[in-house]
Amino acid sequence: MGKEIFYFLIFPGLLFSGIVGGFLSWFDRKITARVQFRQGPPLLQPLYDFIKLLTKETLIPKRGSQLTFLIAPILALFGAVISSVFVLLPLFGIKTGFLGDLIVIIYLLNIPSLSYMIGALASGNPLAAVGASREMKLILSYEVPFLLVLISIIIKSEMSIKLSEIIAFQTANGAFIGSISGVIGFIVVLMCIQAKLGLVPFDMAEGEGEICDGITIEFSGTTYALVTLAKYIMLFVLPALVVALFFAGMNFEGINILWSILKVVLVVLLVTLVRNTNPRVRIDQAMRFFWIWMNLLAVVSIILAILGL
Amino acid sequence: MGFKEKCFKKSLWVFHMSAGSCNNCDIEILDCLTPKFDIERFGMKLVGSIRHADVLLVTGIVTRKLLPRIKEVYDQAPKPIVVIAIGACACTGGMFKDSYTFKGPLDTVIPVDAYVPGCPPKPEAMLAGVVKFLNKK
Repeated sequence: MGKEIFYFLIFPGLLFSGIVGGFLSWFDRKITARVQFRQGPPLLQPLYDFIKLLTKETLIPKRGSQLTFLIAPILALFGAVISSVFVLLPLFGIKTGFLGDLIVIIYLLNIPSLSYMIGALASGNPLAAVGASREMKLILSYEVPFLLVLISIIIKSEMSIKLSEIIAFQTANGAFIGSISGVIGFIVVLMCIQAKLGLVPFDMAEGEGEICDGITIEFSGTTYALVTLAKYIMLFVLPALVVALFFAGMNFEGINILWSILKVVLVVLLVTLVRNTNPRVRIDQAMRFFWIWMNLLAVVSIILAILGL
Repeated sequence: MGFKEKCFKKSLWVFHMSAGSCNNCDIEILDCLTPKFDIERFGMKLVGSIRHADVLLVTGIVTRKLLPRIKEVYDQAPKPIVVIAIGACACTGGMFKDSYTFKGPLDTVIPVDAYVPGCPPKPEAMLAGVVKFLNKK
């Protein structure tokens, strides 16, 4: 029991993934600044933001469901931390997990987005409702290609639905990114990550200019600090999951530790570069993009995986 | 200076409100985000919602239409909040002080922490105003 609490709160749960996620968020902002020929924020910026938000006044909307509004950020953080535990334990080789944990991870990765939606709808703000409806449509769009790519990975790893077995298969037979279907699947998953994290070009749920931060509009002070922390953690968990699914996981022996860290940073770098080179699309364009083009690519990836390419 | 104050000063999130300005000050505010001035070096960034803001930048004379709105926006902001009046109009009323729509200046409506005069003020002047205020505090 004590071990599980340690896993959940310290390593690789709340504390560790929060710190690494904060660092990755700084990295994301710094790369954005360098792309735009700016200097960028200092290294401790995510910490300053988080502490400042924790110490500020928390406002609760008078209309709407106040209890649900306050529970939603806690639920989001909870989902992010639990998914980080389930992804990182097999990835670091601490525990092997259980049969079918890949399916549990798919469900858990959705909890943060769902909680933002619940919080936004509970706040009673019309702009938040618009943001929540866009987020809902976005979830419906990106979930199908994401699941299809996971099916292609399951086929490639000879019908294994256990994350540690998928990693072990890749260490024995080479990473999936080395095959054609793996490359196609990686492109699709990169786009799905972009939408899951709510980054440009798929940030229409929190468009600053048009609907004033959308789903997070009513969160202030401590509640927004928890939302920010959940976002930091998701920025670490999703690239870590991609590393586990496509780049043969991590290895902590000698010089390999550097290579393992570089894999995560590389995925975050790709996400940041996609975010910096694209404008925001409308929600109908995003749905068309995922439902037609990304689904097509994912099906091609499945067919190639069945053919053994 | 405690750690809490340091965090507050190091991560000022700015919300910009126009109280009937001619758009000139607003363009100069956006200039602060460009590569030449780059206020993100100091942790400042523009946010879309007043609920996330630490600094309320107000430009323009306070017109009759916007008087109740600006009071409401100030009430909606989580405290502590820093209010900065940008431009001659927000500071004194400027050339519009005899206008029939003029209900300002800003410090008669909400408490103002810092004034940045000019028509429009340069981005350097805005940064200098914020820095002077933070050093005094």
